[in-house]
Amino acid sequence: MEPIIAARDLVKHFPIRQGFLGRRVMHLKAVDGVSFHVNRGETLGLVGESGCGKTTVGRLLLNLLGLDGGSVHFKGVELSALQGRALREVRRHLQVVFQDPHSSLDPRMLVKKIVGAPLEVNGLARGAEVVRRVKAMLAEVGLNEEHVYRYPHEFSGGQRQRIGIARALITGPEFIVFDEPTSALDVSVQAQILNLAKDLQRRHGYAYLFISHDLSVIRHMSHRIAVMYLGIIVESGGAEELFGEPLHPYTRALIGALPQPDPAVRRRLSTLPGDVPSPVHLPPGCRFHPRCPEAFQICSRSAPGLREVKHGHWAACHLYS
Amino acid sequence: MGAALLEIRDLSVQFFTYQGVVRALEGVSLSVAEGEILGLVGETGCGKSVLARAVLRVIAEPPGKITAGRVLFKGRDLLALDRRQMRRIRGNEISMIFQEPMSSLNPVFTIGNQMMEVVTLHQRVGRDEARGICLDMLRQVKMPDPDQVLAKYPHELSGGMLQRAMIAMELSCRPDLLLADEPTTALDVTVQAQVLTILEELTRSRGVAVLFISHDLGVIAQLCDRVAVMYAGKIVETAAVAELFAAPRHPYTRGLLQAIPRIGRGREELAVIPGSVPGLVDPPPGCRFHPRCAHRFAPCDRQVPALFEPAPGHHVACHLYASGESR
Repeated sequence: MEPIIAARDLVKHFPIRQGFLGRRVMHLKAVDGVSFHVNRGETLGLVGESGCGKTTVGRLLLNLLGLDGGSVHFKGVELSALQGRALREVRRHLQVVFQDPHSSLDPRMLVKKIVGAPLEVNGLARGAEVVRRVKAMLAEVGLNEEHVYRYPHEFSGGQRQRIGIARALITGPEFIVFDEPTSALDVSVQAQILNLAKDLQRRHGYAYLFISHDLSVIRHMSHRIAVMYLGIIVESGGAEELFGEPLHPYTRALIGALPQPDPAVRRRLSTLPGDVPSPVHLPPGCRFHPRCPEAFQICSRSAPGLREVKHGHWAACHLYS
Repeated sequence: MGAALLEIRDLSVQFFTYQGVVRALEGVSLSVAEGEILGLVGETGCGKSVLARAVLRVIAEPPGKITAGRVLFKGRDLLALDRRQMRRIRGNEISMIFQEPMSSLNPVFTIGNQMMEVVTLHQRVGRDEARGICLDMLRQVKMPDPDQVLAKYPHELSGGMLQRAMIAMELSCRPDLLLADEPTTALDVTVQAQVLTILEELTRSRGVAVLFISHDLGVIAQLCDRVAVMYAGKIVETAAVAELFAAPRHPYTRGLLQAIPRIGRGREELAVIPGSVPGLVDPPPGCRFHPRCAHRFAPCDRQVPALFEPAPGHHVACHLYASGESR
């Protein structure tokens, strides 16, 4: 089966200018060679701590940021080769739901306009047809038809996120990036949004890239998971295998550091020494080695590549080479 | 567990805004025993931060006002103290750490400058001695190179380091009670684990009681002895941590526990609490949770539920438990 989205060796370096007239240029290696694919009806979870580059990956896929290297294929068509109408035609199949439902909706637009604009921009509907389809979409995401003529501030955070989802779905996409869609929401509302996203996927077969820093949310949403650290994927595999038998020491630390909502399994949280290094001055060798409890000599000298340690379960760690 | 160190009785706080009177806290009673870590859990806007601020009397007045209740700390009513007496309590006997360490520290002074100011202000020591105390505290929070940290400005430290510096600063004056308002919410999980471990070690070894405010049930379960659950300005349930997670009574607590995704549960459907948290200008009458409650019955929308005790030490404000032990 051909994947809906295939990313190969994605690279994004942001220049940072310092010194006199900003002549000294350094590069923040936000994404440094990331590859993955997402199939129809499947959710790939992308998890990592702040600054690991997960949001940048999402933006690269959608062409919201230009690539510095690598390629993104949508159903076999390379996105960077497309321009103008051809690009717009493909783009309506790629949508995004942002983290903050307060800042991602224009406060001066009616819901009709917010959700309906993608239809008009893409020439999919006009006039009364737009309103009809917006109403149908609102019903689909659990809002009412009367909400069409309201402004974002009249809604709660959870309802706003539903509007964001309606806006993403109205063009009939095949691939949707969820960038921390519930981080700004309370748990009771988070559950509503997660259930909605899953339900929509079941009914329409969307492919999702689900980005989050929250391991429990990622575990709950994903079929497969990729763990990012400082711009690269350090481990990927099926959700069950990855949580059942994490291979990379970083993944193990992440899982071990997660406080479980169960006082019966109280344990010492695993802690990593130090902080995440700056992506401008990356450590040599394996990027994780300064914090790794299992680092040995080679780790500070050569960077391990991703290898398939078990069937479908990949890790970038010298322990497995 | 010792006697009650802090006892809050029927505390009400209101904010007078253009939109109307926000009833942020209404008749809240809560106690923290000596050396105990009490978790206060609830969703955004439930009043948990207001509660901590009311204890220290650092609510902005106006628009806020403590309209009723008593806050007994070691038997003294903090609400009856004058400004000078209250200043002696703050930082000395009761300390507080906040969610954003970056905004609790002054960006134009070094960490050492700010820490030593706290120490010299509260303890009668000279500069050298104060410096020694600061270094010792930084070592206790496992800060690498404490000497260098003292010379650094807040922006030169990471979030986790800053929060550890805050803990060091707040505990340097040997308070009896620490109010911790979501101290790890802004941190990544691995860093959160560091900070939680240090916070627990230090407060337990020094016998400092902690009121730990969080929206994260995982953190609460791992850290606390007892838990109080807040909803819309009221405490709906309190119990020992094991009891609360094993046998939650209030429908809201149950809903919360079922709504969190858990690693062990795979991709199962999450149970959902319908609707969202009500505004506190015009909160629902009767039980404030009743519009979202699956178990509501006749009295719920008319009568405010009293606090019942279905099991020893387990309190719940819900009409379901009015006739002793029901479901």
